[in-house]
Amino acid sequence: MSGVPQRTLLLWCPDWPVLAAEIVDGVPATDPVVVLHANRVIACSERARAEGIRRGLRRREAQGRCPHLTVVDHDPGRDVRAFEPVVAAVEEVVAGVEVIRPGACATAARGPSRYLGGEEAAAERIVEHVAQSCAVESQAGIADGVFAAGLAAREGRIVAPGGTREFLAARPVEALGRPALADLLRRLGVRTLGEFAALPAGDVLARFGFDGALAHRLAGGRDDRPLAVRQPPADLTVTADYDEPVDRVDAAAFAARMLAERLHERLAGYGLACTRLGIEAVTAHGQELHRVWRHDGLLTAAAIADRVRWQLDGWLSGSNGRGGTRPARPTAGIVRLRLVPDGVLAQAGLQPGLWGETGEERERAHRALSRVQGILGPEAVVTAVLGGGRSPADQVRLVPWGDERAPARPGPPPLPPAGAAPGAASAPVVVPAGGGAGRRAGRGRAVAEPPWPGRIPPPAPAVVLPTPLPADVRDAAGEPVVVSARLTVSAAPARLTVGDGRPAEITGWAGPWPVDERGGRRPRRAAGPGSRCAWPTAPPCCSRSRAGSGWWRRSMTERRGSAG
Amino acid sequence: MAGRMVVGSAALADLVRPASAPDPAGGHRVLPVRAELTGLLPNRGLRRGSTVAVGAGQPRRSGATSLILALLAEASRAGSWCAVVGVPTFGAGAAAEAGIALDRLALVPDPGPEWPTVVAALIDGVDVVVTAVPATVSASVATRLAARARQRGSVLVPYGRWDGADVTLQVVRGVWQGLGAGRGRLRRREVTVSARGRGAAARPKEIKVWLPGDELTRVIPRSAGLGAPSAAPSRRLRVVAPPACTLAAAGPA
Repeated sequence: MSGVPQRTLLLWCPDWPVLAAEIVDGVPATDPVVVLHANRVIACSERARAEGIRRGLRRREAQGRCPHLTVVDHDPGRDVRAFEPVVAAVEEVVAGVEVIRPGACATAARGPSRYLGGEEAAAERIVEHVAQSCAVESQAGIADGVFAAGLAAREGRIVAPGGTREFLAARPVEALGRPALADLLRRLGVRTLGEFAALPAGDVLARFGFDGALAHRLAGGRDDRPLAVRQPPADLTVTADYDEPVDRVDAAAFAARMLAERLHERLAGYGLACTRLGIEAVTAHGQELHRVWRHDGLLTAAAIADRVRWQLDGWLSGSNGRGGTRPARPTAGIVRLRLVPDGVLAQAGLQPGLWGETGEERERAHRALSRVQGILGPEAVVTAVLGGGRSPADQVRLVPWGDERAPARPGPPPLPPAGAAPGAASAPVVVPAGGGAGRRAGRGRAVAEPPWPGRIPPPAPAVVLPTPLPADVRDAAGEPVVVSARLTVSAAPARLTVGDGRPAEITGWAGPWPVDERGGRRPRRAAGPGSRCAWPTAPPCCSRSRAGSGWWRRSMTERRGSAG
Repeated sequence: MAGRMVVGSAALADLVRPASAPDPAGGHRVLPVRAELTGLLPNRGLRRGSTVAVGAGQPRRSGATSLILALLAEASRAGSWCAVVGVPTFGAGAAAEAGIALDRLALVPDPGPEWPTVVAALIDGVDVVVTAVPATVSASVATRLAARARQRGSVLVPYGRWDGADVTLQVVRGVWQGLGAGRGRLRRREVTVSARGRGAAARPKEIKVWLPGDELTRVIPRSAGLGAPSAAPSRRLRVVAPPACTLAAAGPA
């Protein structure tokens, strides 16, 4: 530990959780308001305090003392969010601010007091600036060390240099903020910090441990921890304004490439790399197009330029318009491009494979696929991710190439991972006959995942229709086969017609297996049974489910995969 | 000392090469396929630069997609990159069951009129390119794509009518097992695959395989008990009956 405690100015906003609730959620802090955490009051407004509410009360007790009380749940994120403008306002006046907790921040007092002409003037200036720019009431205190400054701020005092020890000596031991220690000290007859500080340091360490020894130092005014000054977050956004509106895609892509290189320089300066990037384009008429691009690797300058080109290509030329998903064509050229790095992480450098070849093959494939994305648009090249789900179509999510491979629904993939797949012939996967997929749920997994009972057991169909086709199932007498509310089939199905195709004979069938899907939202249709049939001519068999009134063909099980 | 090291590295120069470089000896020129399918292909695998067509049959006889998955599976597991163009009904679940690594499998469901450009771009960078053949493909485009694949060392697997392929595989028949009238469920399918082609593959061959096999759907025999799955014989996809004329690629891998 080095030297004397640093002269510290601490700014304290009373009842900060209540104020934060007012700033973020609009709960008026002038009314009686309490903030509860785990059913205990952790902060209350001035009016509530006047009604007799104290910290630590239960919710019911608090409401009993003040029936028209507004109760807000504790939200640490909200407190921090609301405090950010206050810290920014303080940073406008002084440099080097440490956020102690939401509602309190500290800074070294020496610089501002010399610059602003005295400690009192500095404190006044900061409090006034915070009040003007954020409309937040605060108190400042100056003392030697953060701990003493915090106590001083509660009284709005400036403790003279060297007077910190005396200032602390009169405080009760509860001021240490360690309830267990304070309780013990009281029972030992130590009531003030001065009495605690008078105990020999070695005995305190032996009796109360390291935390007690630290509290002992604080009580003695020997708080020589230096401030942990926060680094203001760097602004990584790059913007380019164009005097001439850009209305051609290639010109925009060229401009984007320069912008991407600038962004990379800036990121590299901070030793960062970007995995998620927002691209924003503004036209001369004020239209905006914003899109966030994700990438499973790191976005290089060329990759950023590609993405700008894809995004603008669809927008400016409207050439890839498929349906109404794309925004309407802009009415003027682009005057501003912005690249906003959204997800950044520390650049750890490129790690090639041991023999170099894995990276090379991957690079080659990525280049080819990016090229196809350039030809057809980013959504045209997809990769499949398996997740939870009942029907084969639900289990698969197609994500554009290069995006994060996240499944659509949580849950184990319908298959064992590749290691246990047919290559390891010694470990065949065993599934009970009656649709035992549920039994596999959670096998060896730490996270609780939904089990998806009723999912179709393997082998999975090799052909999955993107949109189900209407199908007509009839029995031997030519009557439509229906499934009753009690889940019985009216007759054995004999003939199947899919769409406009010609009828086919059914050679085998099973089911129905009721699937209770989207329970609650569509209660009437909830019992849509799925059943499965096989017939000899092409396509010999299919799995279908009934939703509401009709039969639908979801996938052709006949073309089921070569599950190896 | 330095001289010896130079000599040593010179001696090693022709022995060491990047694994991705084409191997003149031929070992890396052939991507592996399942043991059961090796007999159908002239090089007992997917030779780089070759064109292996999978015929869709007249009324799209079933089983062709399964056959494609079986063709890709070993190569994908060995680290190759695959792409499937123009098959919007591709069942990714079945692909994963077949053993294909989905993170090395790119799908282009709808290439549209840019089909030749897209396939050519993929041939440049992907090891195995499966593509559904549009109805209107001129012979010159097909020849050029095949030549490009030969030059780049990719395997082109057209799915549909394709003249001039090195081998054309065709599903002749498929019979499902496991489903009765109102009970049971689909377990495995016996598929008859025929192969005909040029050169070494000129003689037609026909084999029967399980596509898909039953290793994912098998029920443990009651007598064996729950703890002994390995006691059951490994019944992977295998030749059901010895083919009429040639090959003996039977048995588990």
